[in-house]
Formats: sequence, C-alpha cells, structure tokens
Amino acid sequence: MTNPVLSIRNLNIDYIGAEKDFHAVKDVSFDIAPGEFFGLAGESGCGKSTIAFAVSRLHRPPALIRKGSQILVGGRDVLALDDNELRSFRWREVAMVFQSAMNSLNPVLTIETQFYDVLKAHSRISRAEARTRAAELLKLVDISPDRLTSYPHQCSGGMRQRIVIAICLALNPKLLIMDEPTTALDVVVQREILQRIDVLRKELGFSVLFITHDLGLMVQVSDRIGIMLEGELVEVNDAQTIYRTPQHAYTKRLWASMPKLHGEQIREGAKS
Amino acid sequence: MSDAILALDNVSKTFGRADKPVYAARSVSFGLHPGRTLALVGESGSGKTTAARLIMREYTPDEGQLLFRGTPLGKANAKALKAYRASVQMVFQDPFAALNPTHTIRYHLERPLRLHQPKLNSRERTAAIEELLTRVKLDPALLMPKYPHELSGGQRQRISIARALAVNPQVIVADEPTSMLDVSVRLGILNLLNDMKAQLGLALLYITHDIATARYVAEDIMVMYAGQIVEWGDTESVLTNPQHPYTRLLLSAVPDPDRRFSDTRFSEELNRIEFIRRQSALPQPETREVANNHFIRPMPE
Repeated sequence: MTNPVLSIRNLNIDYIGAEKDFHAVKDVSFDIAPGEFFGLAGESGCGKSTIAFAVSRLHRPPALIRKGSQILVGGRDVLALDDNELRSFRWREVAMVFQSAMNSLNPVLTIETQFYDVLKAHSRISRAEARTRAAELLKLVDISPDRLTSYPHQCSGGMRQRIVIAICLALNPKLLIMDEPTTALDVVVQREILQRIDVLRKELGFSVLFITHDLGLMVQVSDRIGIMLEGELVEVNDAQTIYRTPQHAYTKRLWASMPKLHGEQIREGAKS
Repeated sequence: MSDAILALDNVSKTFGRADKPVYAARSVSFGLHPGRTLALVGESGSGKTTAARLIMREYTPDEGQLLFRGTPLGKANAKALKAYRASVQMVFQDPFAALNPTHTIRYHLERPLRLHQPKLNSRERTAAIEELLTRVKLDPALLMPKYPHELSGGQRQRISIARALAVNPQVIVADEPTSMLDVSVRLGILNLLNDMKAQLGLALLYITHDIATARYVAEDIMVMYAGQIVEWGDTESVLTNPQHPYTRLLLSAVPDPDRRFSDTRFSEELNRIEFIRRQSALPQPETREVANNHFIRPMPE
C-alpha cells in the first residue's frame, strides 16, 4: 500500500502483572489507506481496544508497548512523540470516539463551549470564529446549530454521540478511531450515525478505524476487516471476502454462529 | 388465543404526569403458548421491558388485565404472587448483575428450591441442583462451589436460566438474554432456550432488539413502538413482508452483512424517520390482517 494513513508493524503490547505478563496484542501488523473504512473485529478481551488506545498513545500502565513495535501515522512514528508533539498529534492527526462517548461531554458546559475548548487548544481562534466553525461541524452531523447553546442533558443519546463525532472532526484529523461507537444506541440511530460517517469520510477524505463486536454491521460498512483472536490478527481482507470466503477456521466459526436475517437459517452445527 | 397459558388483554400503562403522560404500554394484547416462542422487538424506550414487568407483576396495569390459564389475575398479594412466580420466571439481560457476587452457584440454585419446594430434603435438593446444571450443559461438580466472578458471561447466563428452571415454570420471560454476550457464546444460549422450549413445553417471551436472533428462536414476532404493538404475527411473514412503516424502518436499519450501506432499498424509510416516528407514536386503534397470521395497526397517514 502506498502512503498508508496508519501503518502498524509488529505491535506487541503486554499488561504487566505481578507474577506474569498478559500478552494482549501479539505481533500485529496492518495498514489503513487514506479514506479507507477499516474494521477490527473480535470478542471481548481479544485486544482490539488495546490497539486503538495504543494508536492514540492513550494506553496507561500496566499496558506496555514492547520494543520493536512500530506505529506510523502519516509516516510519523507515534511511539517516539514527546509530550508537546503528542498534544498536537491528538485531535489533529488522530481523533477517537469512545464507547461511552455520549457520556464524555462535560455536563456543566454548553455544546458551544466544548467545541471552543478543543479549537482554542489547537489553533488561534476567536470565540466568534469558533462558533461559526462549530455550527458548520454540527451541520455535518445533521444537527441544527441552535443546539450550540444546549447542555448535554438536553440532547438525546444519539445526538450527543453525533456531537462528539463533530468535535472529533473539528481539526480535520486523518484518522478517526471509533471504539464501539454505537453499542449503546438503538439500531435506527446507529444506522443514521454510521451512514453519515460513511458519507463524511468520502467527502472529507479521512480514514476510519472501526472497532465493534457486531460482525454484521462491520461487514456492511467496512472496506476491509481484520479479525482478532486472543491478541493475534488472524485474518485481514476486504469485507466481502471475509464474509463470503473466510480462510481462517475462527472466522468461519464466527459466521456459523450468527443467526441470519433472511434466507436459509444457520443450523445448530456450531458448537455451543 | 384460547389455549394461551398467559395473556395480556388490552393492557395499558402510563408513566409521568397526568397532563404529559408517557405511554409505556398502549392497549397491548398478546398470548404466550406452551412450546412456542414469541419475540418482542423494538428500540430502546419502546416499552419492551414494561411488557416484561407487567407480566412479572412488578407493575399493575392502568387498564386491561392479565389472564393466567384463562383466569384474570386479581390484586397481587404476597401469597398469590409466590404461586404465580412458581409458574412465570424471568431471565435478565445482564448476567453479571443478576447473580449475587457473595454467594456460590449452589446457593443461587438452592434458594428457589427451598422457597418453592420446601418438602425436599438436602440430598434431594443436591440432586435437583445437579440435574439443573446438567440441563443447562454445565458440569455440576465443577460449578457448584464456584462464585459468579469465576464464571464467564455465557456460563453466568446459563446459571440464570437454570435458576429460572428450578421452580418448574411454564412461562419464561427472557429480556435481552444475549445482548451482553459475545457472538460465539450467543448461539449456545439461544440453542439452550430452544431446547428448553421443546423438552419442557415452555412458553417463551423473548425480548430483544436483535432481529436476527429473534428469527432464530421465535415462531411469532411482535414489533413495538411507543408502547404499541404495531405489527405482529408469523415471524417469517413479518420479516420478509413487513407492512407497517415502522417495521420497515427498523428492518432497514438492522445490520445485515448481505446489504452494503450503499444499498438504497430502504433509503426512503431512512429519509422519513421523523415522520414515521411521529405518526407511529399516535394511537392506532384499528387492526388489520394483512396475511394469514400477520397483523398490523395501520399508521395514520
């Protein structure tokens, strides 16, 4: 792949324990191309969120990234950034939407102030300019600019989630990491949000690292998918290939255990 | 619906102030039949869990009544509730919160036996616990002395099911029993529910927002929105030929690996979300049969 936005090579992450270390991520390598929607799937505890945190350098002890691991964003070595560089790297290069993102807004500040917080920390911008920019960003996620004066509790869960996404897009990041962004939302709202993101990434050209355990959703929205099992990336391919002709036994088992919405139903063959 | 073991007959329940009521259940009627599973699907806040709580008699209906074996259930007193709960049991969404962390698995299964079958002596109780654990495909010797934190999510959900089965119920209400489990363990729990239904002739109410799993376990399905059941009937018929605009919207949004996002088959629904939501929330008193065992409440245009 030429000039990937994100390039991970031989990533090893351990959680250091008193007696023995837990190998959460084992020698994982993959690339994400500009504008690509990349899905990372796997069960709870397989290490997918650990990777997401490592990419934005948000991992904390006892997590330890082993020597020899490499994470490049736009060709820059993320693991070598100092504190100052890191501050400008986050939001500007990589922005992250967390699983409970709708609860990550500050309850005592208006939406406008929360946009201003991010914008002024990363660029010279006046309050009035920030308001204009915030209004633009809200429009991107289908929210009326009237909402700028609202507080988070006055917005629904889906709206809050979209506001967080809008804030993440404020500095035109190259990569948007979404860790289970819609798990707490119902399917109609989930579809609205992801459909919007799909349109935006085509318009604005950012890449997405999408983490979920909802495999059906992942196939539907991703260009390429990586399947993780116990810290290892066992299969990477374009979404339709992963779905139609999976190679790894684990991927095959995953599909065999997913009830179907239409057509022939899966049989009880999958081991319970 | 005469052979329904448990039925809701025009049940309504509102919350909130009298001048601004929230309809959690609006003229809800359905019946549960032995050896059959009825799925209840809908988005969060549509009233699914309220329906479960009405059945469990945690809420008293504002209007309408519950019929158990054809007999209306009167005011809930402690004794009547206990007898009722020996027949109607519940499996909860969160297997981590549904078990008491300070007690062993043995204790969890022993308690319903002590309460509902006081005549058993301790040897008979142990035998009953072993049988229950075997039934849910867990190793009794291994599991009995363990505490909930030592178990995986799937194992805990099996314990919840075993606990519900301990009193030999006729009806089980399962509220999102697999939504907190990984895909690979989900199927095991669904198969277990299917087996229990077939072997014990249980009547199951399966509440979920995961329509694919509903299709896997349920013969019949109901779609709920704003406290009303807007469409119901044979699962295959409802899912392949949805008639109510809200059902279509819901089905268009369900993650489906066979349809890419660019597939615009349902984009019309997605474009009129607000309208569908607003109209679906209005009272829809009429019912219409659109196919054999497939009904809707037509939305006001």
